[in-house]
Formats: sequence, C-alpha cells, structure tokens
Amino acid sequence: MRDFSYVRANSLDAARQAAALPGAMLLAGGTTLIDLAKCGVAEPETLVDIAHLKGLDRIEVNERGATIGALARMSHVADHADIKSRFPAVSEALWQAASAQIRNMATIGGNLMQRTRCPYFRDPANFPACNKRQPGSGCSAIGGVTRGHAVLGISDACIAMYPGDLAVALVAFDAIVHLGERHIPVDDFFLLPGTTPDREHAIEPGEMITGIEIPGSASARRSTYLKIRDRQSYEFAAASAAVGIEFEPDGRTIRDLRVALGGVATKPWRARAVENALKGKVLEPDTVRAASLLAVEGSVDHGANHYKVELAPRVVARAIRKLGETA
Amino acid sequence: MTKTTIPVHLDINGRDHDLQLEPRVTLLDALRDRLGLTGTKKGCDHGQCGACTVHIDGERVLACLTLAAQVEGRTVTTIEGLAREGEMHPVQAAFLEQDAFQCGYCTPGQIMSAVACIREGHAGSDEEIREYMAGNLCRCGAYPHIVAAVRQAALEAAS
Repeated sequence: MRDFSYVRANSLDAARQAAALPGAMLLAGGTTLIDLAKCGVAEPETLVDIAHLKGLDRIEVNERGATIGALARMSHVADHADIKSRFPAVSEALWQAASAQIRNMATIGGNLMQRTRCPYFRDPANFPACNKRQPGSGCSAIGGVTRGHAVLGISDACIAMYPGDLAVALVAFDAIVHLGERHIPVDDFFLLPGTTPDREHAIEPGEMITGIEIPGSASARRSTYLKIRDRQSYEFAAASAAVGIEFEPDGRTIRDLRVALGGVATKPWRARAVENALKGKVLEPDTVRAASLLAVEGSVDHGANHYKVELAPRVVARAIRKLGETA
Repeated sequence: MTKTTIPVHLDINGRDHDLQLEPRVTLLDALRDRLGLTGTKKGCDHGQCGACTVHIDGERVLACLTLAAQVEGRTVTTIEGLAREGEMHPVQAAFLEQDAFQCGYCTPGQIMSAVACIREGHAGSDEEIREYMAGNLCRCGAYPHIVAAVRQAALEAAS
C-alpha cells in the first residue's frame, strides 16, 4: 500500500474542502478503501477521516419514512427496530451483506460508494486493461472469466457487476441520496457504465453523502430481500431481489409492487416491467412466473454468467410469492 | 521520498501506548509488529477471513482494514485482553472444552467474534450462530465444534 497523509476532519465543511483537493479521498469505515489501497487500485495521497464527525450517524423513522445519516453503520441500521418493522427489505439486505465485523465498520454513505468486485478491476498488476480504473485501456473481463459479471446494463467498455445489497432495496423504494443541500433519487445516483465506466456515481468533487431518505409506504412495510449465493453466508449475490407489495382490500389483487435486482446488473436494477405487468393482477403462481421473466429483458450474457439470466427471474418470483404467503 | 510518520496514541487492553507510525500502518500491523501482541492473526489481510478480529469500543471489527490512526481516542481489546486475573474468559474455556479448533490459527479471531456475537444477542440458535459467525473462516473445518462452543458459552452467559 502506497503511503498517504492522514487528516481528521473536524467539521463537515472542512471535510468537503479537504476531500476536494487533488489526490484526497474521504475515509469512513474503510472497508472498501483500505482494501483497494492494498490491491493498488486506490492510490490516495491524502485520506480525510470523517468517522468522528458528530450528528451524521442518526437513524430517524416516522410515518413519512426513514432518514439515515451517512455515518450510521450497517449493523446499527440492520438491527434498528423501526427499520425492521417498516422497511424489512432494508434490514434484510443489510444483515445478509458482508460479515458482522464489516457491518460494524462500514457506514451507509460508504456502502453506497463501494466498488465492484470484478477480479480484473481489483488486480492492476496482472490486468492493466480496465476501463473503470484507466479510461480507454480496455476491458480484461470481456473474453475472460465472466461468471460473476453483469448481464444487465453492460456496455462494450465494462461488464462489472454492482455488488451491493442495500442500494438494491433503496432503488425499490425510491430512496433519495442527500449530498448536503442537493438531493437526488438513488436510481440517478448510480450511473450506467456506458463509455465512462470510471464514473460510477453522480457525485461531484467537493460533494459528500450526508444521508439517505426512504419514503414510507405500504409496499416498503411488506417487503423482503431474497439473496441467492454460492455459499449461504458472507458472499456476494449470484442474484438477489428486493420486493415490496401492497394488496387491495381483497388481499389478492396487487395494488403496488416494487421489484429491484442485485447481483446481475452494473447498478442496482429497478425492474419496472415486472411491476407494471403485475399491478392490478391477482397474485397467482403462473402470472408471477411469467411476469418475472421480464426482469431480465434486454440482458446480454457472456456465457459463464448466463445462469444469472435464468436465476434472476426465479429469485424475483420466489420473493413475490413469499410476500403473498404472509398475507 | 522521506517517510512521514505521525504520533498515534492507542489504548489497547487498558494500557496506553504512544507510537510514531506511517499513516498507512494498519491496527493489525501495529499490534503485531510494534506492540508484540501477536495473538491477533494476519490471514488474508483483505477483510475476507476474520482472523484479525478485535473489539473497538466493544464492537467486533477487522484490524486489517482499520488504520491505527483511525483508532486514536477509542479503546481496543485483543485476544490478550480477554482473560481476567489469570482466569480464562468463558468463551475461551468453552472453546477448550468443545475442542473448537484444529490448527488454532483462526481461533483468536473466532473467540473475539464469538464474545461479541453473544453480547449482541445473535447466538440464539445454531442457525443464528452460523450466520453471525460467518465472517470467521476456519480452513480446518472445525465449524461444528465452534458452533457448539459458542452455543455453550451463550447458554452460560444467559444463566
């Protein structure tokens, strides 16, 4: 790991100013950044430690929704009683992510900024070509081992998968990212790779995530996060789904449905086609199965990751059926 | 390039230490290489194995992904700080009793993780223990005995 200088920011403004300087990066939990510095992917000249800033770790939940400070840690949000009751998919996405140790370290703001686990991205010594690391250098994954790569939202420049869980639940429930005064929908916060895979977030120099806001809804209250993976725990998703549902008073007809996918796309992937196909319909296994196939509309695989095209709709269908059974 | 060091004050197992460190030095390397506290193990050094688990302000974290400088002003507990007046911590005793290890390399991390797991209230069933101990890998595969040790210690703590 290349050496760097370390400063502790003593205010939000000081943090933003220090982090805007060339070569500077914000440091919170460090679970992504220190790891990538050891890999030689991140080469900061200065780390601006914001973990000690006061007042940014609050979790507030009321009728309108939840507001979560950027420095709230994953474990605390996952175990928060009101998050569990009003946003079960958010709690489930969090406790199924990483390990207990990492969830104690990692913050919500840092979670949104986590980088892909693409093994080519993480290994600059052996794979110099990576458009995400070095724009224009090429993509080592295309034509390489692609079992863990994305099948949705890819481009000729990059097929790296977005690995997180929390943000999948956040896009399902229309969460808003707070960058100080500027607020943007989480779906717009994450960018498609396109021709600029090095740019992953709609965040500008001098900006910092200060918190997230999740609007309350009946579908968020009746929600779940289903994560399928190669091993049962402490693993990234092979495919996952955040699903929320609201029924009409008859308890069978779907009034509102939210579906988002993880483990298959280059960003947290809202599956509106599935939602639109099922709204107003009665929840029946055949209807759900057929509609869930729309989750992977437009997918392009690279052979070894074709299984994700098969798996993702089944994960969606199972999650929807599970919520129907808990009527 | 001349190496710049910064003063770092660490509170480890109730003892104060004043070190002069490069900012990139992790808590794990400071513990092992500077303070001689080699009970905390270096496995993967990338946050994937849990061998370096320690407690910061009572919560389990990974020392390999924590800079020593980040810990200033916080209290650190390592495996060396668990025993009290020569008496093993109940989780250490349970690991011995259940033979919850083979080579022993992951054991300090397993024990630090288990102490926190029980304190968090995440040791209510074997299934829950497996889930909340998943961040600690054991290449020898002593998992059934590890689960038994955590279960025994959790029951003792509850009684």
